[in-house]
Amino acid sequence: MFKIIHAEFIAPGIKRFVLEAPRIARKQKPGQFVILRIYEEGERIPVTIENSDPERGTISIVVQSIGKTTHLLNSLNTGDHILDVVGPLGKPSEIEKFGTVVVIGGGVGTAMAYPSAAALKRAGNRVISIIGARNKELVILEPELRAVSDAVMITTDDGSYADKGFVTDKLRQLIQNGTRIDLVLAIGPIVMMKAVAEMTRKENIRTVVSLNPIMIDGTGMCGGCRVLIGGKSEFACVDGPEFDAHQVNFEVLVQRNSTYRDAEQRSLAAYQQAVLPKSKREEQCAVAQGGER
Amino acid sequence: MSPVVKKSLNPLSPKERIKVPRQLMPEQPAEERAHNFNEVNLGYDPELARQEALRCLECAKPTCTVSCPVGVKVKEFVELIVAGDFLGAAAKIREDNVLPAITGRVCPQEDHCEGKCLLSKKVKPLGIGYLERFVADYEQRMGTHVIPDVAPTGKKIAVVGSGPSGLTVAGDLIQKGHKVRVFEALHELGGVLVYGIPEFRLPKQIIREQLDYMREMGVEFETDVVVGRTVTIDELMHEEGFDAVYIGTGAGLPQFMGIPGEHLNGVYSANEFLTRINLMKAYKFPTYDEPMIDLHGKDVAVIGGGNTALDAIRSALRLGARKAYVIYRRSDAEMPARAEEVHHARQEGIDFQMLTAPVEFLSDGKGWLTAARCVRMELGEPDSSGRRRPVPIQGSEFDLPLSVAVMAIGTTANPIVQSTTPGLGTDKRGYIQADSETQRTTRQGVFAGGDIVTGAATVILAMGAGRRAAKSIHEYLTTGQW
Repeated sequence: MFKIIHAEFIAPGIKRFVLEAPRIARKQKPGQFVILRIYEEGERIPVTIENSDPERGTISIVVQSIGKTTHLLNSLNTGDHILDVVGPLGKPSEIEKFGTVVVIGGGVGTAMAYPSAAALKRAGNRVISIIGARNKELVILEPELRAVSDAVMITTDDGSYADKGFVTDKLRQLIQNGTRIDLVLAIGPIVMMKAVAEMTRKENIRTVVSLNPIMIDGTGMCGGCRVLIGGKSEFACVDGPEFDAHQVNFEVLVQRNSTYRDAEQRSLAAYQQAVLPKSKREEQCAVAQGGER
Repeated sequence: MSPVVKKSLNPLSPKERIKVPRQLMPEQPAEERAHNFNEVNLGYDPELARQEALRCLECAKPTCTVSCPVGVKVKEFVELIVAGDFLGAAAKIREDNVLPAITGRVCPQEDHCEGKCLLSKKVKPLGIGYLERFVADYEQRMGTHVIPDVAPTGKKIAVVGSGPSGLTVAGDLIQKGHKVRVFEALHELGGVLVYGIPEFRLPKQIIREQLDYMREMGVEFETDVVVGRTVTIDELMHEEGFDAVYIGTGAGLPQFMGIPGEHLNGVYSANEFLTRINLMKAYKFPTYDEPMIDLHGKDVAVIGGGNTALDAIRSALRLGARKAYVIYRRSDAEMPARAEEVHHARQEGIDFQMLTAPVEFLSDGKGWLTAARCVRMELGEPDSSGRRRPVPIQGSEFDLPLSVAVMAIGTTANPIVQSTTPGLGTDKRGYIQADSETQRTTRQGVFAGGDIVTGAATVILAMGAGRRAAKSIHEYLTTGQW
């Protein structure tokens, strides 16, 4: 059992949890994730670790309500418990001095990009962060990213905050302005990561993305998280989750992630039927249609 | 003075014993069990067990014990069954095997004790597995486990992995008075016994009972710990005070064939397929949250001929598959699965497509599997495994319509522990190097055994390694010599 030390919504449908997990806190490095299971009948889902505090023995995660499990998780509060949390899993991000690094966070992916941005800054890089969100309310971690970045650019799909557009618009601007970019790290919805990869491929800019395939054990045992990298099968849990964006077959990732879409929707509908009043359901449905992460 | 010859408790002469037929294992009728997950074999009753035990020839040099990876004293426990002392028989087995209810069910006895049984030269071998299972279940029903009373040694051992090999090490070492803590990566204990082997072959309740017994003996368990990630071997030894570590992390990463279409929705590894069913109870969706593809009325095939392949396809049948195929590239004679499982599977109506291999998985154009393009094979010259090598027959391609294909063609080494433990030697396939007698690795105080050393093998071979390791760890801890 893992105790929730603190829980708060940081945007509509997006909640930050601080969990008591001393072993994980001691070992966590940017780019790694945990797998959690809320209760006995629950599924195992991977969630990227936002941050950790080895002294206090805590880790923080940021969760967006998308399916049943994430809705259920986001209904938990300070003092509640999560049955299983295992990690830190996956290879840590490669952190070294590259020069100028553009860190791109799309939606809740911003929370996963943040620890890497901070580590890249500490490693002596010039860090330019780009945050993309659907609207103003869903822009998260702006102050945190500002504190570790040399520049922060923000786009919203509807223009309700900062510039209207997509993260790729900002990336294109940087490229067109002649900014020398040594590395791009993009974490967010698959469509966003794919668009970034296509843009930087032409420019020959090294680009890393963090993939989020379906996963069960997270230790390499089940092979459910296999992704096609340069035409070869790799396991995101042990070989990733970060991969060379120009080698990733995004179509296969999208296709495999859709395997259980019907079941997931049925599961979510049944859950909402059971626990939420109608008005709340509609509101959350709108949020859920947002993105992958 | 002539030596005292111990008189046998068996009233039958050797000739009479040979005439007693092997007692049939009562089982659920095939047509019934093909639709449920209840255990196939129902177990002997005391009368059947006694009758079967009478067949033992009580060889002067029992080859059964010699060929048992953990060295169970078969002749002695069988004689106790003849005498009606079933609890005594269980205790006798426990001297060498801490998991008798499990091995009695899943051990390939034909490759070990029963394969070497003298009776098998003339008639069917003694039902040693059935008898082992009987006394283990009897002991459990009576609830009379003996908790050994031993003086604590003050030494601490960390066991990595709670599968058959790790549990054997834990069970053996706790009885020597050492402190033992078992670390498990998953949320449930038992390793492959829990995520891999289905309920109809090894009920989870049996594993829970064995684990409860180990807890009673003082073994500590910690789940949700991926050694190598959550904590390293070095941290266990230098920061958490463990005097020795045993690595029994199992076989690891599932292999794929590398043929087109393996990324289609509907193609599973056997590990994923079985984990969804056994560990995550996905077939109880939506009561349980983990989903799986609904198999009702679907055509399903497993690729491979081992126990895992049969576990997967027989599970698919029980989950409503319309057609359930085994696609195996060699012939019956080379199939590595236990003979009893093959027999049971045939009875249940599994369709064996022997000397056949897929060359491509075909899709509906939307990413979903619709068929396996297969080729027929013939057997050529023996290969490195000593088995005749399958060679494709030109022009024999055909398409087998399928909704789900399960790849059960083996595993490769999981790199997590090796890559995070400096100085731990591995072979060229990535498995951990360990001495075949002492199970010592290249790191002082670190031992390893089971599939992570040998590559995928059986429960009993992993337990055999665990038993050797326990003996060697005990020696190391008492003498301090490496």
